[in-house]
Amino acid sequence: MAVRAAPRSATPGVERAPIGIAVAGWVLALIGFFPVIYLVATSLKTEAAAVVLPPTFIPLPGVNLAPTEMPPFTFAPTFEQYQTILERGFGPFFGRSLLAVIGSAILVLLLGVPCAYALAFRMIESWRDTLFFFISTKFLPPVGIIVPIYIIINNLGLLDNLVALLIMYTAMNLPIAIWMLRSFFEEIPPDVVQAARVDGADVWTEMTRIILPMVAPGLTATVFIGAIFAWNEFFFAVSLTATKATTVPMFMIGFVTSEGLFWAKLAAAGTMAMLPVVLVGWLAQRQLVRGLSLGAVK
Amino acid sequence: MSTQPQTLALPRRRPLPIPLVGALSNWSTGKTLVAPAVVFAIIVTQLPFVVTIWYSLLRWNLLRPDNIQFAGLDNYLFVITADPVFPVALLNTVILTIGSVVFALVMGLIFAELVNHRYPGRGIVRTMFITPFLIMPVVSALTWKNMMLNPVFGVVDYLMQLVGLPAVDWLAQFPLFAITGIVVWRWAPFMMLILLAGMQSLSDEIREAARVDGVSVLQEFRYIVLPHLSRFIQLGALLGSVYIVQEFDSIYMTTQGGPGTSSTNLPFLIYQIAFNKKDVGEASALGVMVVILTIIGTQYLLRVLARLSEGD
Repeated sequence: MAVRAAPRSATPGVERAPIGIAVAGWVLALIGFFPVIYLVATSLKTEAAAVVLPPTFIPLPGVNLAPTEMPPFTFAPTFEQYQTILERGFGPFFGRSLLAVIGSAILVLLLGVPCAYALAFRMIESWRDTLFFFISTKFLPPVGIIVPIYIIINNLGLLDNLVALLIMYTAMNLPIAIWMLRSFFEEIPPDVVQAARVDGADVWTEMTRIILPMVAPGLTATVFIGAIFAWNEFFFAVSLTATKATTVPMFMIGFVTSEGLFWAKLAAAGTMAMLPVVLVGWLAQRQLVRGLSLGAVK
Repeated sequence: MSTQPQTLALPRRRPLPIPLVGALSNWSTGKTLVAPAVVFAIIVTQLPFVVTIWYSLLRWNLLRPDNIQFAGLDNYLFVITADPVFPVALLNTVILTIGSVVFALVMGLIFAELVNHRYPGRGIVRTMFITPFLIMPVVSALTWKNMMLNPVFGVVDYLMQLVGLPAVDWLAQFPLFAITGIVVWRWAPFMMLILLAGMQSLSDEIREAARVDGVSVLQEFRYIVLPHLSRFIQLGALLGSVYIVQEFDSIYMTTQGGPGTSSTNLPFLIYQIAFNKKDVGEASALGVMVVILTIIGTQYLLRVLARLSEGD
């Protein structure tokens, strides 16, 4: 019987770290995290304050000084950039991203749950081949299919239509979901399934009443991992949408050429763009590695 | 076997929970459950690739949609022998992929070792390490391009000047190196997560026993931790390669493949040929070649995954 890893925080790790390890951990983490802090800090600045050096990243509300006269590393926070970005129509981009994420998540679950269920419980003989078929679709680089996808979608009249992204994101996340879900299903003790069988439950009852409630955390994790990838996706968005179906990453394109002039606005848009998925990722931390390794590492 | 605190297993060898005997009805139910997902995946991913192969044999530019001719292998011949950008993009792809994977693995190994110890705030440290992987890639690319790497107002150059180094316009002077840095920032957390799982599957008793025997920290790491991690390192390296070969976002957002073609990789080249030059045939031929290269790489990956699934 397979034993699952205990939750991360409960795993002992190596006992009693030397102080050097703790210090190195904190210092390296803060260095690596600094661009994120700086991005969020910059989003709260005026454009003039955004380019002040030495870098300022501590908000000091209620102090009314010129950016260069503030105490070291501090700046006077303002929400004006967020307001500007929202006035420039960030909202609809955000809404469409949300739709693409939720829509593809529903499709992924509808297709993936039954499939993973049948594969986990070996309901077809070629379950192993089928699993590897799905993983191989994940390894197909998008550039290998983008030309026909573009032309077909164009012929279907779905260019610059959210449906196109929805389909591509479903295909993109389906293999990950099937591998993840399978690994969750396999953790259900066989006795439970057997007992249901003996009681004469049909597959549908067995799946909806007994199995799905048991893997509910796994379903959530699967949806979260898929949401991270779909929300951040850019290649299909830039290839298949233009104006009407554009998602949040497409909003960011507007900042590619604006050298230095709009960093605070760029940071405000960037903060709003990245925040939802960062929060989701923090929540799903424990399951992240399973999703990323396609269920291979738990 | 069951004392392992961690499972590292693909399809596990375990007793079949359902007797296959007399399960003809089960068999068809199984097919019904699997079919929609399989059919969907075939239609959206496999068939388009077959179409890509067909397109790669055509002379077809979307700017002249009425002039489609069969061209045989001309597109491939052009790409291999006459296209000046292809060898550059191929080399850039290889450098970016290998460089990013190696650096990300090293950083990830360090991060994982630092997080695998107990100290106050370890959870916060871990969360901070993970975060770059979650940031929308186009946002992290823009953040690095502007706030961090700008030669005048960027934090990195500011710090360099503090210690007396000259300012560097990273993305103009060393574009591939700078992009590698951005990719490493994003992927080191991925490596950390996989290696950390590996480390936590190594029982504390072994490490402690070694320490009691007077083994130094470095020796312990070199002779106990690293060998144990080798499968996890392989997994991380191969998964990382498959994803980083496809890197597009950071190049689009920072250099657009430039200056010139100095930071153009194959995905970005294909994008340019497909959507700027609108050459269906050439873009398809390049796409097929990237897929073939990926398949060669993935064969190795699948073998590693399969070996993991056998649980040794």
